[in-house]
Amino acid sequence: MSYIGDVIGGIKTLLTGMKVTGGYFFPSIINKKYIITRQYPDEPAIVMDRFKGEVVMWHNENNEHRCTGCQACEIACPNGSIEIIWDRVLNEETGKKVKVIDQHIYHLGMCTMCNLCIQACPTNAIMWSTNFHNSTYDRSQLTKVLNKPGSKLMAGVEE
Amino acid sequence: MILTNTTNYFGDLVSFLAEKMGIGGQILAYVIVAAVYLGFFAIAGLLLVYIERRVAAFFQLRLGPNRVGPHGIFQTIADALKLLSKEIFGTNRKDNLLYTTAYYLVIIAALVSLSVIPFSIGVQAYDLNIGVFFISAVSSVGVLGILFGGWGSNNKYSLIGGMRSGLQMISYELSSGLAILTIILLAGTLQMSGIIEAQRDTWFILKGHIPAWIAFFIFVIAGTAESNRTPFDLPEGEAELGAGYHSEYSGMGFAYFFLAEFINMFIIAAVGVTLFFGGWLAPFGITDTLPWQPLWGAVWFFLKVAVFIFFMMWFRWTFPRLRIDQLLTLEWKYLLPIGLLNIVLMAVIVYYNVLISF
Ligand code: SF4
Ligand code: SF4
Repeated sequence: MSYIGDVIGGIKTLLTGMKVTGGYFFPSIINKKYIITRQYPDEPAIVMDRFKGEVVMWHNENNEHRCTGCQACEIACPNGSIEIIWDRVLNEETGKKVKVIDQHIYHLGMCTMCNLCIQACPTNAIMWSTNFHNSTYDRSQLTKVLNKPGSKLMAGVEE
Repeated sequence: MILTNTTNYFGDLVSFLAEKMGIGGQILAYVIVAAVYLGFFAIAGLLLVYIERRVAAFFQLRLGPNRVGPHGIFQTIADALKLLSKEIFGTNRKDNLLYTTAYYLVIIAALVSLSVIPFSIGVQAYDLNIGVFFISAVSSVGVLGILFGGWGSNNKYSLIGGMRSGLQMISYELSSGLAILTIILLAGTLQMSGIIEAQRDTWFILKGHIPAWIAFFIFVIAGTAESNRTPFDLPEGEAELGAGYHSEYSGMGFAYFFLAEFINMFIIAAVGVTLFFGGWLAPFGITDTLPWQPLWGAVWFFLKVAVFIFFMMWFRWTFPRLRIDQLLTLEWKYLLPIGLLNIVLMAVIVYYNVLISF
């Protein structure tokens, strides 16, 4: 008897499988909303918030950033993607010399998106951007200066 | 029952041109018929590849090819042009004769099978009085092509693929033959047009009720196996064999195997439709009084074939591939005994005339 039972059981499982795939096919052929393909250049891509596209530096509306030039990120980076050019200038109020960044140089072409620099930064000056349109015709264009020209340190970060 | 005085447009063309221009006209007519069939072969093959890809995409919630031409219908033509322009590149110590004849055999077997399929009233190159038998005989020649390809490539994966294909086709040929025989008992003829005429009142799938349904299921399973499609695509199991028997072919050699596979699927569907669903007959004769009968016949034939092919695609994108021992168990322990019993059942039913007919 198990022979006939096998045949019937086999047909039943096959029909179950076909019901599942049919449940994908027929809705998706009637209504495009079930299709998960994004036709990217024509339709905007859906990018997750956690997507690690490139490292950027946060600036507020007065063109101030939070980077103190401590170089922790430069040390943390395992492949030397970050170089910081800094200087010491005299603070008029306190009369002390303080470290300021001139250029926070970031080599996107070398970066492995490992997140170590962002974790190392004591002042949360740098963060991830979800931008992924990074292709260029020349490698040198991937070397970026993260602090905007003319920007300065936000007051109160160093305390 | 052999129908002799039915119209056959291809036959009419041959005799018409032979009358007008003698032997030259006859040859011209043959060339025209051959060109029609080759054109159909190419167009149907390319269209089926496109449809397969689109249907597969929708099964997986994707879109599939949709860039080349409206809804991507020219995608496969672009692919064929790409394959045409590719270098023919084979293995070093291949058996040249077998290697090069392999794809021609596969293609010729598929083309010759097409010639006895009735597409519509009188649209059939050759109404052989042993039509169904002829198709199952010729489709076995296709196996030979695959075996040649596997052997001639001088590659162990190709050889295993070819051997598996031979094993599988010979096994399942038996079951599909039995399923066909079951229907022949109902029809009383092997001639394609005769089988269709016998279904004019009731299609065999209804007329033969239970044994016809069993035969239909056996035919679908065996037909899927014969056309080497998933879940029976062991001969080209990617995970184990690369691409199986055609892994050493490039360019058009590969494309021929690929096209022949899809045409074989069409042939299986066409034979299934002819045997079980009345071929080009309209359901309940709803278009029988309209003009342009051959056109309506073709419409119904291709509609039925399309549904049949859709189901084969549905199987392909649902079921997982069988293991080789499961494949043989299915054939020798299940399909074959059931098929044999089914023939007896059908014989009894036909003898006592317990048939449904409207
Ligand atoms: S993400 Fe990693 S590799 Fe990239 S700059 Fe930061 S530390 Fe360097
Ligand atoms: S980005 Fe952060 S870690 Fe890097 S130098 Fe500036 S403050 Fe220091």
